[in-house]
Amino acid sequence: MEAGALFTLRDQARAERFQKLLLAWAPDRPVKIVHVCGTHEITIAQHGLRSLLPENVEVLEGPGCPVCVTSTQDFDCALQLAERGAILCTFGDMTRVPGTRMTLEEARAEGADVRVVLSAADAVEVARRNPQKPVVFFAVGFETTAPGTAAVLLDHPPDNFYVLVSHKLIPPALEALLSTPPVEISAFLAPGHVSTVIGAGAYRGIAARFHVPIVVAGFEPLDILFAIALVLRQLKEGRAEVENAYPRSVTEAGNLRAQALLREVFAVGPALWRGIGEIPGSGLYLREEFAKHDAKREFGVEGRVGEEKPPGCRCSDVLMARAVPTDCPFYGHACTPLTPIGPCMVGAEGACNIWYRYGGRPRL
Amino acid sequence: MCLAIPVRVVAVEGNVATVDMGGSRAKARLDALGEPVQVGDYLLVHAGFAIRRLDPQDAEETLRLWDELLSLTDT
Ligand code: SF4
Repeated sequence: MEAGALFTLRDQARAERFQKLLLAWAPDRPVKIVHVCGTHEITIAQHGLRSLLPENVEVLEGPGCPVCVTSTQDFDCALQLAERGAILCTFGDMTRVPGTRMTLEEARAEGADVRVVLSAADAVEVARRNPQKPVVFFAVGFETTAPGTAAVLLDHPPDNFYVLVSHKLIPPALEALLSTPPVEISAFLAPGHVSTVIGAGAYRGIAARFHVPIVVAGFEPLDILFAIALVLRQLKEGRAEVENAYPRSVTEAGNLRAQALLREVFAVGPALWRGIGEIPGSGLYLREEFAKHDAKREFGVEGRVGEEKPPGCRCSDVLMARAVPTDCPFYGHACTPLTPIGPCMVGAEGACNIWYRYGGRPRL
Repeated sequence: MCLAIPVRVVAVEGNVATVDMGGSRAKARLDALGEPVQVGDYLLVHAGFAIRRLDPQDAEETLRLWDELLSLTDT
């Protein structure tokens, strides 16, 4: 059977029963549930799930878009590498993000060789086919994407293959959101695919320390309603635990092989998140053994911090889960996917981009 | 970018699987998986790398979990 059909678990009757359950467990005070995953936001917006929630339950996307949180410093490094004659390979949305001297797309129009790839393995292919040129893979993404970068580095890539590493880790970002006052977050939905790699157990310390419920959620509409129901039940009962609402993909320990790849190739250090600032222990850095593939080191690029966000853009508040896209005066007027002002309108996982695509504030 | 899609394996060669992705063929690397893969298996693939083998029985298990919770309001 086709995989899509087998793992798509949709049915109207269960959706209605979930809605009844959510109303039965409606909290007696305003509740703000934050997820950190563009794919969650797409499911929520596409299926109008906010319209099924009790009046006082809000669900917001925090820093769940890797393209949106990539620092302007790293973009500046990429730009410098492309201008110095390297072939720069990266994921699609990365080429259109504003905030440095120019976007990578504009650099390409001026003659730089910027290419869109779908996988780290594709970037290695580009390096094999162009042995006379340095090829740099601008590696962004969370724990889901980083194992692929690690795998190609362990698989003896050619000498002309370099990585500009901008991978980031999700749990330290949750901690940062919970440590930056004013904190109004009642609970988190943890991202299902990041959790497939790191395991539900990775959040236990945070849930206990900050006394916040964390429920790992899948990506089908009913997966999300199920996870929200578990959150509301925890809040009702005064519990703050990690619950796994996506056990068909997530285990307690996660994907040990992928974790081993990450440990073998990367060390952990502080990273700059656009719109949020520096988060300790949230970035991945190449270990010494891979130094000859480290683009920053080999080419001595530093990167300047550019415009964090254009004046008036509320991306920082959106990424901190303190605002929704429609709170921004530019949303849908000056700022659209064709004329993006901030990174949240560029990335296909950015909240502004998703809300725009699925028609504004999806609460009926 | 964290979009991961369930696909069906149609061929395996070394650490690369050929997969059926809603009717079209694609390659998925198996380096990050850490378990053997056979033709007919279902994988969750993210940015060209499989991150999890999916068991169709787990889909049924999910429905059971949902119904268990949902039954709480039926009384
Ligand atoms: S609508 Fe545009 S300008 Fe406003 S917060 Fe979103 S990306 Fe920034």
